[in-house]
Parts: sequence; structure tokens; C-alpha cells
Amino acid sequence: MASAIFILDLKGKSLIARDYRGDVPMSAVERFMPLLLEREEEEQTAIPVMTDKGINYLHVRHNNLYLLALSRKNSNAMTILLFLQKLTEVFAEYFKVLEEESIRDNFVIIYELLDEMMDYGHPQTTESKILQEYITQESHKLEVQVRPPMAVTNAVSWRSEGVKYRKNEVFLDVIESVNLLVSSNGNVLRSEILGAIKMKCYLSGMPELRLGLNDKVMFENTGRSATRTKAVEMEDIKFHQCVRLSRFENDRTISFIPPDGEFELMSYRLNTQVKPLVWCETVVETHTGRIEYMIKAKAQFKRRSTANNVEIQVPVPDDVDTPRFKCSIGAVAYAPERSALVWKIRQFPGGKEALLRAHFGLPSIKNEDPEKRPPISVKFEIPYFTVSGIQVRYLKIVEKSGYQALPWVRYITQNGDYHMRMPDSIKSNSRLPPI
Amino acid sequence: MSSSVASQISSIGQVVRSHIVNVLRKGENFELRSELNSEYRDRRKEAVKRVIANMTVGKDVSGLFTDVLKNMHTDDLEIKKLIYLYLINYAKTKPELVILAINTFVKDTDDNNPLIRALAIRTMGCLRVSEIIDYLCDPLRKCLKDESPYVRKTAAICVAKLYDVAPAVTIENGFVEAVQDLLSDANPMVISNAVTALVEINDNSPNQDVFTMTPPLVNKLLAALNECTEWGQITILETVANYIPGSTREAEGVCERVVPRLQHVNGSVVLSAIKMEAQLSRKMTPPMVTLLSSAPEVQYVALRNINLILQKRPDILNREMRVFFCKYNDPLYVKYEKLDIMVRLCNDRNYDHLLAELKEYANEVDVDFVRKAIKAIGYCAIKIPVAAEKCINILLDLLATRVNYVVQETIVVIKDIFRKYPNKYEGTIPTLCKSLEVIDEPDTKASFIWIIGEYAPRIENADEILETFMDNFKYDDPAVQLQLITAVVKLFLHRPADCQDLVLRILKVATEECDCPDTRDRAYIYWRILSTDPQAANTIVLADKPTISVDDSTGLPDDLLNELLSELSTLAAVYHKPARMFVATGTKSAVLSASALASRSQSGAGSTSPNTGTADTGAGLATMSSPSPSSAPPPSSGQVDNEDLLIAL
Repeated sequence: MASAIFILDLKGKSLIARDYRGDVPMSAVERFMPLLLEREEEEQTAIPVMTDKGINYLHVRHNNLYLLALSRKNSNAMTILLFLQKLTEVFAEYFKVLEEESIRDNFVIIYELLDEMMDYGHPQTTESKILQEYITQESHKLEVQVRPPMAVTNAVSWRSEGVKYRKNEVFLDVIESVNLLVSSNGNVLRSEILGAIKMKCYLSGMPELRLGLNDKVMFENTGRSATRTKAVEMEDIKFHQCVRLSRFENDRTISFIPPDGEFELMSYRLNTQVKPLVWCETVVETHTGRIEYMIKAKAQFKRRSTANNVEIQVPVPDDVDTPRFKCSIGAVAYAPERSALVWKIRQFPGGKEALLRAHFGLPSIKNEDPEKRPPISVKFEIPYFTVSGIQVRYLKIVEKSGYQALPWVRYITQNGDYHMRMPDSIKSNSRLPPI
Repeated sequence: MSSSVASQISSIGQVVRSHIVNVLRKGENFELRSELNSEYRDRRKEAVKRVIANMTVGKDVSGLFTDVLKNMHTDDLEIKKLIYLYLINYAKTKPELVILAINTFVKDTDDNNPLIRALAIRTMGCLRVSEIIDYLCDPLRKCLKDESPYVRKTAAICVAKLYDVAPAVTIENGFVEAVQDLLSDANPMVISNAVTALVEINDNSPNQDVFTMTPPLVNKLLAALNECTEWGQITILETVANYIPGSTREAEGVCERVVPRLQHVNGSVVLSAIKMEAQLSRKMTPPMVTLLSSAPEVQYVALRNINLILQKRPDILNREMRVFFCKYNDPLYVKYEKLDIMVRLCNDRNYDHLLAELKEYANEVDVDFVRKAIKAIGYCAIKIPVAAEKCINILLDLLATRVNYVVQETIVVIKDIFRKYPNKYEGTIPTLCKSLEVIDEPDTKASFIWIIGEYAPRIENADEILETFMDNFKYDDPAVQLQLITAVVKLFLHRPADCQDLVLRILKVATEECDCPDTRDRAYIYWRILSTDPQAANTIVLADKPTISVDDSTGLPDDLLNELLSELSTLAAVYHKPARMFVATGTKSAVLSASALASRSQSGAGSTSPNTGTADTGAGLATMSSPSPSSAPPPSSGQVDNEDLLIAL
């Protein structure tokens, strides 16, 4: 449990302070910044969990803010950090951007939220949609006082009753992000798919939903032959709290009463090796006074798909000058603030290859220090396509009033942490060293 | 109004200093006071907001207590909340004035809006002053039986707050039983808050017998699990984790109902569920890996916990080493933890991948991370004999980069590999010598000199190399001085004819000019043995050294590990230290000794490498009852302490 929660600016000045248990002096917050700097000096890094004189300091960093919790006991560190994380999410939904400025402008409502979301150091209601029903800036102007929505303490704590829509619709977005790490000699070290199914629910009443996927485990359980439709084996699945976990554990049925509006229904992870969707082969040559890059990008997916907004960022030394580029498609620009060249391809059809040659000048005096070696990073979006092959087979919607509702499904695959390490540069000295 | 100002000033003015401070700030507070008493509602509201804003930035607005309180009786919820917040902050400094607020509080607990009833009872519990306790009991009794679950869940926590300041009153009024009754409430959130309150009360109670788990209760709680909020689920899981089932079947039943929680999106729910699965099955591998996709701070806590689980069950993740590969933009604290875990997972089947990865890290620019990566290479070489050859090759490549800190660390690591595999890699010595002029850190110097001394018979120009260290000998770190003396003596014993001059010179400087007593002592001892019995010197100084080793069961001692595993996801599990070492138990001395212990264990971990170099001579000296045991570790310290090696990473 947390004894107190603070929101601090980057210098450690407290913008918001809320004491929950009265068992730590509020002045203890002044030790936070010195402690953090001390640890940074020792280990070059700001460790998120620290202890000093019987007080524990747990923090998360968000934009130009620290959210800090103090605790005197051997509390649950995971819970506290996740709660702080949740605070940032809720605040962000309330104020759009969460940063110093918005904290200062909204301190009244922040105190209200802190009071509602935690009691005596124990997290309470953190569902931002529900909070928004009874903690608002406008509601106080109404003649009628707000009351806690039933949902706060209900078994269904994420949806209020009496929601009404004229047209009942559900939008499903299946989004897969590919995390990839390729070594400098072109071996795939790590490839992982993080999938998420996001929903936008505009449904009246208390609808019961059931989602069917081409889940391999379920196909096997029910004895369906997986030959007809390709089945996907998800390694780990995480559900929004509305999904009945025990039901899923029993027969892999995903059944739930959804929250109203937008939310993430589930996320999943697959470790299956897939062919990297966008592949780059890079050759770097260093000569005296110049450096040259040749990058061959390949779209390694089916021809009927197209990657949109492809952006390949190739790191270059900090001190290069006079860039010159030549590429077969797209546009290239030198981004000195990122020490990189950025190659943008608006549309990159499957099966195609693209070539880029870049040429930079280098100062004749070479820096002896080891250089940073950031990897090539790639951004892309491929609509109407999932790498894993996951499919929504059905979404059944049942409500006691018996209305018809149509589900809409969209698929998209995009990059996650998509990195390829730079190969060592080939050094060719065109000039002989002086005798 | 003027009379209230006068009473205000007289109540503050008792302490002269605070009086002066208040006079200085009087300007703004004076203005606020008149605003708070304004006849216009809007202006009063703005004034309250400004008071809270001042309070937030640390200005003292306690002088406005009575004026703020006047605004408390209002139907504006926002104002009410702000004033309650003000009360929580200043109740302790003005306990005698809190009485003024009680009327409104008690009235609010009768309001027909549950939000206001709950707000009042929640705030009253936070005031923590004795004056309010008598007035709290009646409303609290009512709220515990309120028709609204929102009020009941708030009242349950309030009982825990009350118990903290007035345990006797809480028991007399039967509040503890009332909370126990709430365990049977129909509402899941009331149940989970009742559990929270009872756990708190139980921890504070003298006999800790307030909350005992019985099979029916466990059943009830697990049934509520499905309907709780994520935080309520954590509370229930944590509580049920402390319950010891009566039979295997019961235990299986509990586990069966907990397993679905592994699929929860909240990482803390997942960790609690992992903790419950006593036999740590393979089923928890995927959820653990998924925790690594969280925010870096959360990842850090997850990694520290995974590290503990691995020490108990190294097999659980041994096919998943790749998920711990560092991302370029991971914060360093995440990278360090990943590195430690990868080294733990390393075995003779996957070392190839790990070494390629470590080599990559050793070429990055964060000095500390690079050094840790190089240490990890050395650790692999010592742990996995088949990997040694490859490790040495990587280390030689690293030497060739001639980056200063890389070279320093690499030589220290190579020394350890020599100690593990004597007479196997001396072919690399000429390459090492090429880095001679770069070497400047004491550890590195000591390591390099040790290597030269150890392999003196096979290095033709060993005397010349050692000679180069002579110039600076007097000013060197004692660790370097000790190594150089030993190395020169070793060389002398092998080639007495060429080196008599050198050995005499170093012993003379060491005994006459060095300030460090350890250095002088060692020089004297060598001198005496060499002058009385050179044969004895041979057997002592050139004795066979035990090889160092690390075995698989590295890490924390078993009992500590089991303790920490039972506290998974707590701070103790993050620090890898038992709670008693950082939780103050009340007395000041306990706090101090705890922090002293903590700092000692840290410094112990940092100082491993300088000792390892002296270990061989230490083995010889210890048998002759060394005059300063501190410089010469006991013979067994020739073994590299496993735990230290890992922490030092």
C-alpha cells in the first residue's frame, strides 16, 4: 500500500501531494531527487524502486513528470507501480496530454480523482469511464448532485445500465505489432508478434457478447480439424477485466459484457518465427573523408498486400555533412537532429524491392571515442492483413431487447520495436598513409 | 471578523518564528481571508481553490483554518472536497479546531446522497486526531450497515484507519466483527475492501488473530474473485496465498481456480497468481514473458521477480533466453537486470547466442553496461568450459578495439579465466602485452601483473615488463603494489640469476618508502624467507593454486530465497533483501542498523575483484600466520564467491 502519492516536475518540485496514511512525513519527498541522482551517479541509471531511512520510493516517469509513491511497509511494489501507471492513463484521458502544464491547470480535479482512486493507500476504482460519470468539472454546475454510478461497486464495474443507441454497432480492430531484432550479420535474433483486439462498442443495454477466433487450442479441444481454416496458436493471452476468465480457462470461450465505447478487449503474444515483413540489407563503406550506404529494402509479404507509410531510419555518424541520395522509390532526407537518414516510402507493394544509395562527407579528423551504434529502425502499416493469420470467425451479440447489431472488423499489421543492427562498415582506404 | 483575526493571530503567535513567517505572508493570507468571508458564493469558491493551490506548493495556509471551515457547509461538492482535503492536511496541527468541523461531518453521513456519506466517513478516518474519535463511532456504525455498497466499502477501510489510531475503541465498539460480517456481503468490492481492512488490522494487532483463514472463507473469497476489480483480485490472491490448505486435493482445488488469473491484463494480478502456484509450473512461462512488454518501470519489477523465480527453477525459462535480449532503447536499469538473467539462463546449448549478444553489448557506449557485458563473458567462460575458447577469442577482439575502459575490464576478466584454466591460454599473453601502455586502472594493473608473475618462466622479457611498473611503484594502489612484489618474487625464484637486482630494489622500496603497512609487511616476509630458506619460498610462493569455479546453484542462500519467493512482487522481492532490513519497526536504532546493514552488503559486493588477485599469495601467507589478515584472505577465498560475482555484474 502507498502512504502518499506525489506528482513532481523534473526538478523534483512537488505539484501535487496527497497523504493517505499519515505514516511518512510529507517532507520525505525532498529526499527523492537527491536519492535518484545518487543512484544515477553510482549506476548511471534512475532505478524506479529505492529505499532510504525506512521509506521506500517508487516512481514512474511520464513526459516531464515523476509520479512518486512513498511507502513505509514491505508493500506490493508491482501493484503500486501499476497504480501509478494507471493514474497516468486516467489523467491522460481526462486532460488529453499529461504534463506539467495540465497538472497545474487541473489540480482540483486531480485531487478529487486521487481521493476516489485510492483510499488509505489501497487502489479503489480506476476505471476511467466510470470515474468520468461522477467526477467531472461540469457536473457541479448542475442543480442535481451527482451520485456514484451503480457500476462503481457492481460485479460489472465497467458498464453502467441504461446505455442507449439508436443504431447498434460494434467495431473490431485487430492490430498486430511485430517486434523484430536482427543481428548485424542478418540473423533474426528475436521475432515476436504482439496482437491486440480493440473494440468500439455502441450497443444499448447490457449486451452479452461472444467472440470466436481461429484459436488452435479451441479447435483441438472441440475436435475440429484445423485443416479447413488455418488456426493460430497464441502463446499468452491477456483479457480486459470484462472477459470471464474461468469460462475461457474451461472451454476457451471469450464471453463478456463490454464497457461502453472504446476499449482493448484482449492482447496476445506469439513467438512464432515469421519471415520479416520488411527486410533491409545494408552495406556501409567508410573511405577517407566520406561514408557511403547502400540499402536494399524488400517487402516480404504477399503481392496483394501493400505496406503504407514505410519509414526506414538509418543511423549515420554525428558529424557527417553534404548528404547526397539516390533511391528507386520514395523520398530520403537527412535528419541531423536524429543523426540519421530517413527514407519514406508512401506505398510499398508486397514482393517489391527498393534501393537507396546515400553518400556523406566526413571530417578528416576522426573522433577516437567509440561511436554509438543505434540500429536501423523501420516503421510500416499493412492494412487488411495479420501476420499471425488470426481471424475473427464470429461475434455474437445478445441483448434481452433482441436488437440486431452488426460487427465490423478491420485488420492491420504494423511495426513494433522493429530493429536491425548496423553491419560493421567496410573500411577501404583509397589513399596510402604518408611515408 | 476582526475578533476572529485577533484570535487567529494570538493562536499562531505563540511561537515567535512562525509568527514572523506569518506576518511576512500576511499579505496574501489577509486577502484570502476576506475573500473566504465574502458574501458572494463565486468569490468564496475561488478563494478556497487558491488556498488549496497554496497548500499544494507548500505555503502555510493553516492560519485560515476557521475561515475555510466556515465554507464547509455547502451543497457544492467540489468545494466540500477541497475543504476536506484542507482538513486532512492541517487537522494534526490544529486538533482543537477540528471539533468545529464535526457537526458538518456527522450531518453529511446522514445525507441522502451516498457519495457524500462516503466522502464524510472517508475523510473523518483520515484526520487521525483523538478529538474526532468519539464522534466517529456512531456514524461509522451506521455506514457499515449502509444500504449503498459504495458507502459500505468505504466504511470497511475506515475501520482499519480507526484501528490504527485507537485499537481499543475499535474493538469495544465491535467494529472488527462488523467488518468480518462484511466478508459475507453480496457486493464483491465490499468483500475485497473488508479483506483489505482485516489484513491491516491483523498486521497491527498484538496476537495477529483477527483474521484467520478457514476453508469456507477461502471458498467464499475465491468465488468473489471473478467479480472483483483488478485491485480487489490482488488483495484476495495475496490473502489466500497465506492460507495453507489442509489436503493436496484442497490445494489443487485452490490452484485450479487461480490459474485463470494468469490471463489477466494486470501484471500484479498475474504475479500474485504465479506466487500462488506453489509448484511453479511451466504454465506460468508465457505470462512471465508477457510482463516484459510493459512499461520499463514495471518491467524492472517483473525482471527482479523473475530473477528470484529462476534461482528456484532455472529450467522454467531456459528456452526463452532470447526474450531477454536487450533492446537498444531499454533504460539501463532494465538492461542490467536482463543481463543478469541471461547469464543465469546460459548453458552449454545456448551459450553461442548469448556470447554473440554480449559481444554486441560490449561495443556500445554506456561504460557501465559495457563493463558488465564483459564481466558476463568472463562468467560464461568460467561456468561453461566448452565456451571458454570462444570467450577468449571475443575478449581478444575486444582488446583490439583499444577503447580504454574495454581494455581495462577485459584484462581483469582474462585473469579470471587464467585462474580457472591454468596453462591453457598463455598463448594470448603477447596480445595482452600490446595493451600495456593503455592499462591504468589499479584492478587491471594488478591483474596484468599477476598474469606476468604467474607465467614468468615462459615470458622471455618478463623482467622488462615488470620493470616498467617499477617507476610508479611507490604511488600505486596497494593492490598493485602487493601484486608487483609477488610477481617479482615469483620471477626471481624462476630466474634467480637475472633478477636479483630487481627483487632487491623492489623489496627495499617497499620496506623503506611505502606508506601502506600491508605492502611493507608482505615485503618483509618475502625478504625474510628469501634470505633464510629459498627452498621454503619455492614451495610457498609457487604452490599450486586451487582453480576458481562457479556452480549452477548461484545466488541467494536457500532460506532467504524461499522467504523472498513467498513475498513475490513486494519490495523485498525487488531489493532481494528481507523486509526487516529496510522496514523500520518503530525505534530509531532499528532504522539505523537496517540501513547500515544494507550499505555493508552493497560495499561487500563491489569489492570482489581486487581481492581475487591477491588470493594466491594469501594462500601461502595464511599458513605462516600472516600479520595482517585483512590483506590476505583465507585460502578458501581462492574460490570466487558466486554470489558476489553475480551481484557485481
